[in-house]
Amino acid sequence: MSSDNQDTETHSEQMDETQESQDTNSNPVRTEEAKLKAKYPNLGQKPGGSDFLMKRLQKGQKYFDSGDYNMAKAKMKNKQLPAAAGPDKNIVTGDHIPTPQDLPQRKSSLVTSKLAG
Amino acid sequence: MAGAGGGGNDVQWCFSQVKGAIDDDVAEADIISTVEFNHSGELLATGDKGGRVVIFQQETENKSQPQCRSEYNVYSTFQSHEPEFDYLKSLEIEEKINKIRWLPQKNAAQFLLSTNDKTIKLWKISERDKRPEGYNLKEEDGRYRDAATITTLRVPVFRPMDLMVEASPRRVFANAHTYHINSISVNSDNETYLSADDLRVNLWHLEITDRSFNIVDIKPANMEELTEVITAAEFHPHQCNTFVYSSSKGTIRLCDMRASALCDKHSKLFEEPEDPSNRSFFSEIISSISDVKFSHNGRYMMTRDYLSVKIWDLNMENRPVETYQVHEYLRSKLCSLYENDCIFDKFECCWNGNDSVVMTGSYNNFFRMLDRSQRRDVTLEASRESCKPRQVLKPRRVCAGGKRKKDEISVDSLDFNKKILHTAWHPQENIIAVATTNNLYIFQEKVN
Repeated sequence: MSSDNQDTETHSEQMDETQESQDTNSNPVRTEEAKLKAKYPNLGQKPGGSDFLMKRLQKGQKYFDSGDYNMAKAKMKNKQLPAAAGPDKNIVTGDHIPTPQDLPQRKSSLVTSKLAG
Repeated sequence: MAGAGGGGNDVQWCFSQVKGAIDDDVAEADIISTVEFNHSGELLATGDKGGRVVIFQQETENKSQPQCRSEYNVYSTFQSHEPEFDYLKSLEIEEKINKIRWLPQKNAAQFLLSTNDKTIKLWKISERDKRPEGYNLKEEDGRYRDAATITTLRVPVFRPMDLMVEASPRRVFANAHTYHINSISVNSDNETYLSADDLRVNLWHLEITDRSFNIVDIKPANMEELTEVITAAEFHPHQCNTFVYSSSKGTIRLCDMRASALCDKHSKLFEEPEDPSNRSFFSEIISSISDVKFSHNGRYMMTRDYLSVKIWDLNMENRPVETYQVHEYLRSKLCSLYENDCIFDKFECCWNGNDSVVMTGSYNNFFRMLDRSQRRDVTLEASRESCKPRQVLKPRRVCAGGKRKKDEISVDSLDFNKKILHTAWHPQENIIAVATTNNLYIFQEKVN
């Protein structure tokens, strides 16, 4: 217990909360909240707010712009095409010009479900 | 006893069957994403992440041998949805089957609706057990006969053949959802159904695929003002004008389609007031409703949020009539559950046939049976270790802290990758289907 106190002393605003929960132990959720804030001090003030919901609405976004891709191809006509991105195939945005090879294979399951086996 | 539909602690649950691969190496496509019995309970459908549907059929019971339990065997399997890529929006469209809903049976064929994130399909499953034989112009294998060899005329007849079950897509309801479809629900009028995504609910006619009516739209004019999304929606089992939809803020709205064409204004708002002293960073996230289900009798509805199951009386909006804790011991683990994203897991729930017991899943392949009439609950486990035929399931106990008793498992030993999100209860009998990540377990009531 004493070691916990020493750790939280550096985050003075959390100290009261943690002490309170340690004293009473009646609100485990407050302890958890304090833990989270200690780890991620910049976590948004509105946890259920826009950022969180926006992320949910954008599930499945893959960043591929055929315009960018074709422009890049045109510029690189005389040079070698850039090698496919490394193992991190899910992130194809920013400076790297995505190529069809970078996007994960979208093949349908031709195999019968194992539940039917 | 067959037909009672009761359950809970006077019922002993036994292992009946398990479907799926035994090995631990689970391919993503094999992850089960939905489980649903049809209206008679004779058919059990599953959908998976690979877009495939597998339908099991209950074998007709051998009346002379009551000990012989009816088993579910594979009836039909087909690829319902394929992966797609929306090039215009740079959006990958998963083939994962989010929901399956059966239509009540009207004729010899069976119909079900299956949906992925964007497209709903109506599938017809029909049996063929005879075929015509004795064509004049064709051989049995289909090749055309040489006309010169045909000297007599015969009448083709139907002859029995091995049963063949065919699944064919009869309707494709596409392009009506900008956001991801989370629910579909067939109306009691047996003509229409609704589909809900994060921000909108649409009404369809089963016969018409090129038109859909928007009945709920909660998209704000400015997306920055977005505060909640629709998480589930369902039609009332008997009142064809009534449906409910739940939100990520823990509220349920009941809407009456007779009131207006656009049901943005609710008829009833079900919300339990929150104790302000309990408010925390996690409050809103754990209050998000992951499933809403009407009771069979249409008087109640059940909601599932991260830690509890609540039963609401449709006549009382200000609080639920019953609240059951599913896994309260997780309250002291919310920080790590937020970090590993488990706090966003969407658990479903279901009623038994006579609305006396409800069931929902948890972690470590545990599932919970909550008996409303006897006010008792039990935790059971779907595991390969309890797979002997007719083996009775032992109740499991989780130790929240302090000294762990002999048969208990401590919270820290729970496997959070083993989640039971989807369960289903036979509409009449005490038979339940429980889906672990890639296996389907069928448990039945112990028959003496």
